[in-house]
This record gives sequence, structure tokens and C-alpha cells, in this order.
Amino acid sequence: MTIQFYYDILSQPCRTLYLFLKLNNLSFNKHVINLAKGHHRTEEFKKINPISLVPFIEENGVILRESVGIMRYLCREKNIPDHWYPKDHKSQAKIDEFIEWHHIGLRFPLTMFFRVCHLEPLLTGKEPLKSDVEWSISGMKISCNVMENFWLSNDRKFLFGDHLTIADLLAAMEIEQPRMCGYDPRNGRPKLTAYMNNIRAETNPYYDEACELLNSISAKKLSKQEIKSNL
Amino acid sequence: MSLKFYYDLMSQPSRAIYVFLKVTGIKFESKPTILGKLGHKSEEFLKINPIGQVPVIDDNGFIVRESVGILRYLCREKGIPDHWYPKESKAQAKLDEFIEWQHIGLRLPCAFYFKLKWLEPRLTGEKPLESEIERFQPLMLDSCDLMETFWLNHNKKFLFGNHLTIADLLAVMELEQPKLCGFDPRQGRPRLAAYMASVKSETSPYYDEANKIIDKLASMSKL
Repeated sequence: MTIQFYYDILSQPCRTLYLFLKLNNLSFNKHVINLAKGHHRTEEFKKINPISLVPFIEENGVILRESVGIMRYLCREKNIPDHWYPKDHKSQAKIDEFIEWHHIGLRFPLTMFFRVCHLEPLLTGKEPLKSDVEWSISGMKISCNVMENFWLSNDRKFLFGDHLTIADLLAAMEIEQPRMCGYDPRNGRPKLTAYMNNIRAETNPYYDEACELLNSISAKKLSKQEIKSNL
Repeated sequence: MSLKFYYDLMSQPSRAIYVFLKVTGIKFESKPTILGKLGHKSEEFLKINPIGQVPVIDDNGFIVRESVGILRYLCREKGIPDHWYPKESKAQAKLDEFIEWQHIGLRLPCAFYFKLKWLEPRLTGEKPLESEIERFQPLMLDSCDLMETFWLNHNKKFLFGNHLTIADLLAVMELEQPKLCGFDPRQGRPRLAAYMASVKSETSPYYDEANKIIDKLASMSKL
């Protein structure tokens, strides 16, 4: 049975799941939910998913939400190579350590910056508060430094060795996001830069496919200097 | 063969694991790491967790951080009754749905509200920024409403039926936290109130034991 995949390619966990499905040759039907146009708030969407979040999948009448839960499920149910989420208990605990940290440790601060400096001004037409900008930038930088100095301190190709895991896809897609507001976490962080290059090389052409829209928005943003001058 | 548990009962995920260890009868060596006394910044602790967060377990030399990861690990390793985190794939996926949602969906708004209104003013002596409270207070209210209208939109005793799961412990400990700033999510939310009462009675006396410190602080701040 084909997986029904509901997503917006501008959302980080949606890109993660998109990459995971493509890299593992899992066939799926695309259901694009445009968050900027409020598609996730329509009555039709809420009937399927009352908590208005993407990504989610539907298969044989079962709806599953939350990118991490979906990938763990697919790793159990489909014929997925073990390296993505090893069955070995201790390896799994170590990957979980990163995955569970990343929600509030990485995703939240980077998303907050994106919200404060990009999304909210876009939705309200108002300039962000200076205190909000400062607060969100400092949180984002701390988080990027923890990636550089702690999670990537072992100089391996990927977070957990020479093979990709679901943790790498989650991390990379979060780290790409703030480029849309003119901040590239790679700058000044050599380990993070090398790591991001490794993931892109290993997952292309799908990586560039998933990031195509993000890349074109980021290119336009580069010509605007007002937020950059704050960084 | 010993399991060392590093925790502070002021921390929501630390309390979730404390109750889990007690209820399931897993023996552990208690390693209180008091955040208020900078226990998480001590050299000894930073060796165990360089990012300075509790809870952490050290299971015979194997260190596991992050509450969800710890709970999943203990369920696999310690012969825990299946209902806590079912092996059946779809049931597990449904539990994961809640568990992965709660980080940003429930924990973040409740914990930030607590941090802004209670913790930071005590650490810095300064009043919290109104603009930040205005950002997190509505998020916390929405989050409690989602508990009531979505996650508990059934007549089951717990989140996933008539048996406790690790999701329940994680949820209730987050929901207990904002009472330190005078906000009780139970008020005006009958399902949530009944649910929290069920979890409390099912995990007695450990629930009250875990919440003893925050209960005391909450009653002091009412005076």
C-alpha cells in the first residue's frame, strides 16, 4: 500500500521525511500542505489532523504524526538498512540521545529565530521587536556551538560514524532553515561545515531537491541587509 | 551492577524518571544533582554530561542522557511490563506520536513560562520581560487545551488506555510545573483534572514523593 505523505517542503521535519522516503525508495503520494497559505488550518485538513501539524503519513487508514515517530515506525515496518536506526540497544539509546535533545536543543532555537525574523514579520507586516531579535539570535548561536563543540567533537563523517542515521537528516534540515533569514550556521564552524557537506554529498540529488525552495528564498534574502547587520 | 541516577526533583523529566524507577521497582543509586546549587556545572557532573543537563543514568558504565531515550532504554533492558512502552509496532508509533510532540508541544511552553515567571527572577532579581511572557503564556494555554480536547478526547483512564505508559509520566510532570507560578492547568479542564488524578493515584506514593519539593514551593509562593 502506498504511503500518503502530507507535507510542506519549507518545514524542516517535512524535508527530513521527504529525504528519508526518497533515499529508501519508499513510494508515496504527495499531498502538499502550504503552511504560509494556512492550509493546515482549514476544516478539511483538521478533519484528518486536528492538531494541524505536518508532516504526517497515512497508510491503510492509520495516521501517524511526528517525524521521529514516523521514521522509527518505517524503520521497523519496511525493509530499511539497519544503519538508519540500529536495532542494537545501546546504539539506539545513543541515537535517541541526540534525537530527543534536538527538539528543544536545536530545533526550537533555530525555529524561533526563523519565526521572529522571517515568519512573524511576513504574517503581521510589522518589524520584529529588538529584544526578541537579540534573544532569538543568542539562543540560536549557543545551539549551533553545541553542535560544533559537543555533538560533532569526535570528527566522524556523520553524527554516529560512517553511516547516515535518521538523526543526521533531522539535524541537517534544522541547520539549513535559518539561511532563509540570512544566517548560515556553517560560517565560523568548520566541523559543522564538513558535516553538512558530507550529508549533502551522501544524499544528493535528493538533498538539493528538498532544499530547492529554501535555497531560492535564501538567495533573495541575501540581498536584504537589515537582519544580517544584526548578526 | 548498579544503576546511578543523576537528577533534581525540580526538573520535570527527572521526576518522570524517578517515578518510573520507583513504580517499576528498578534499584538505583541516587545521585541528586541540585541545579540551584550548580550541581550540573560541577566538574564531576560535566564529565558525565558535558551539556550539563539532568536527568542522566549510568548503567554499569553506559551513560544515557535525555529522559525519553532513558525510558525507552530501560524498557528494552530491564524486563519492564510491556504496557509501559508496547513492543507492538503501531501501538509504539502512537506512543511516539505523543512523546515526540510533547517536547515542543507541551514541555516547552510550560517550562518556559516557569523559567520566565519563577526561575529567572529568582536568579537575577529582575522582573521578567512582558513581551516574552506574552509570547509563552498563550502557547501554554493552547497546549493545555490540546491536552483536554485532542490527546484526552476519549474516555480512557490514561493517554493510551487503562494502563500507564511512559507518555503519562512525561505529560503529568510537565503539567505540574506551572503551579509554581500560580497556574494550575486542571482548572476549567475536567478531563485533564481527572486524568492527572488517575496518574497520581496509580503511582502513589511515589507521585507525591517526586512532587514534594515543588508542592512545598508552590504553597509558599501562595502566601
